[in-house]
Amino acid sequence: MSHKRSAAWAHYAAAGISRVLLLFVIAIFLFPLLWMVDTAVKPNIQVFEFPPSLIPWTTMWGNFEEAWNFVPFGRYVVNDIIISTIGTVVVLVTSSMAAFAFSRLRFRGRDSVFLLYVGTLAVPQAVLVIPEFLIMKQIGWVDSYQGVIFPLAFTAFGTFLLRQFFRGLPTELDDAAFIDGCSRWGILVRIIVPLSKPALGVLGLFTFVGYWNNFLWPLIILQSPDMSTVPLGLYQFHGQFAIEFNYQMAGCAISMAPGIILVILLQRYLVDGISIGGFGGR
Amino acid sequence: MQSAVRRDEADGAARRVRRARKRRESVSAALFLGPNLLGFLFFTLFPLVASLVLSFTDWSLIASPHWVGLHNYERLFTTDPEFWQVLKNTLLIVVGYVPLNIVVSVLLAVWLSSMVKMRNLARVLFFVPVMTPAVGVALIFILLYYPRTGIIDWAWLSIFHSQGPDWTNSETWALPAIIIVTMWQNVGYNLLVFSAGLQSIPDQYYEAAALDGAGRFRRFVHVTLPMLSPSIFFGTVLTIITSLQLFDQPYILTEGGPGISSTTMVLYLYQEGWQFNQMGYASSIAWVLFLIIMLVTAGQFLLQRKWVHYES
Repeated sequence: MSHKRSAAWAHYAAAGISRVLLLFVIAIFLFPLLWMVDTAVKPNIQVFEFPPSLIPWTTMWGNFEEAWNFVPFGRYVVNDIIISTIGTVVVLVTSSMAAFAFSRLRFRGRDSVFLLYVGTLAVPQAVLVIPEFLIMKQIGWVDSYQGVIFPLAFTAFGTFLLRQFFRGLPTELDDAAFIDGCSRWGILVRIIVPLSKPALGVLGLFTFVGYWNNFLWPLIILQSPDMSTVPLGLYQFHGQFAIEFNYQMAGCAISMAPGIILVILLQRYLVDGISIGGFGGR
Repeated sequence: MQSAVRRDEADGAARRVRRARKRRESVSAALFLGPNLLGFLFFTLFPLVASLVLSFTDWSLIASPHWVGLHNYERLFTTDPEFWQVLKNTLLIVVGYVPLNIVVSVLLAVWLSSMVKMRNLARVLFFVPVMTPAVGVALIFILLYYPRTGIIDWAWLSIFHSQGPDWTNSETWALPAIIIVTMWQNVGYNLLVFSAGLQSIPDQYYEAAALDGAGRFRRFVHVTLPMLSPSIFFGTVLTIITSLQLFDQPYILTEGGPGISSTTMVLYLYQEGWQFNQMGYASSIAWVLFLIIMLVTAGQFLLQRKWVHYES
């Protein structure tokens, strides 16, 4: 009996230690983010204080306002929101339509066209950027929103992910709707889309964040400072004012806010979504 | 006789209906597929073919391009003094980063799965950096690596009582610095992939193993690892593909330096293409990268039969 009790006690102790250890690991892991916010509200001379300290001499929340207006991250945020939102809508709409065709309609060459899509899944972005840049120059889309949006919107990934998901949905519902006189468009919009919220949520999340965070393509295609996205603006600011770390960190915090908020809002889709398509947008 | 005729007519009518339906189906297929397919052809497939063609030319944006055959590839592997170093850097990152990422995220996933109350929150917290821009992450780490006043350098001094390496300005430490940043940002992704894999392992296997007297370690080796191997395979393939393409981290952290000691293939491609306007040459770098990705991925698919365990 006492043996059993001590075994149970050891079990609880181990679980307790495990939990404390995890909290410690999480704290270390999140430290860079804490340090970012901490530095963002410090006066810049304190950034170079030795030994470094977590407590700001004065808490300068105004640094965020400076970064927003003066640097001007506000403008970059607006650009990035326009680009990421339109890009996400284009990806979600066109790839769910294409996935519907691939999973629900019969037409000649369907499987070969789909194979063509799948064949490009592993193509690195680096292979495409040079011709894409030359195309953009030809059609005059350099330094424009559409020049950032469209070349990134038609990779095979979204169509592939949604097609896999749509195929897993039972066809009885669309047959019933079809007999009731529902059009194909109606089947997609009223039946398949509502049933595919997890897949669409995850695709939307990764697409939006993918646009928001992308650096290489905006670096290539955008030229005037007014057009910069947030990462590009951050990089340019870093290039000009390498030691103004407090403003840089305020900008970093601004750049990270949408991703962090979206992860928290859409967390319940994350595990499911990653197991659906596996890839998760990369 | 009559009934046969009638049957023929009925068959003909059914066939006509079917054909009409098929035609309508093809029309609506074209409408549904059209927008995406056009974009795919114009922005993915055409650039893919075009970059291969460009890699056989000397296009510099200024002068008109000439066909140079395999000259770009020859130059890369024989006369370019930098390319071998760049290739080596890229592969060193893969060799250092991928095993580290996979081992840590598997262990973390297994550890977390035992903690029912905290695991969901912990997974989300580890996932947060995955969703943030690599540029921002790199800037934070520039600050952390900063000589003397950076936290990492300060911790090094407190622990080892000697000045830390000047991470981003050291030929030895630039690549590890890039690996650490990439690791911090991306470990949460595979953690999630492996957590999903762990969830799908039925409890009976663990119960049976426990009944047979298998301890924790043996259950991990004989149940968890084989059952998780499809996820590990999948995670490894993707992590290798993405780590072969690092650009943001080296570009921001070290600019590929000091010298070219941390220049990756994509960074080299960018420099050749947009700093020296050698679009043809840069395209050949892109295709060497693509070939490496295809070879490594194909090799992994061949090897998987040896170690990946699929439920029949």
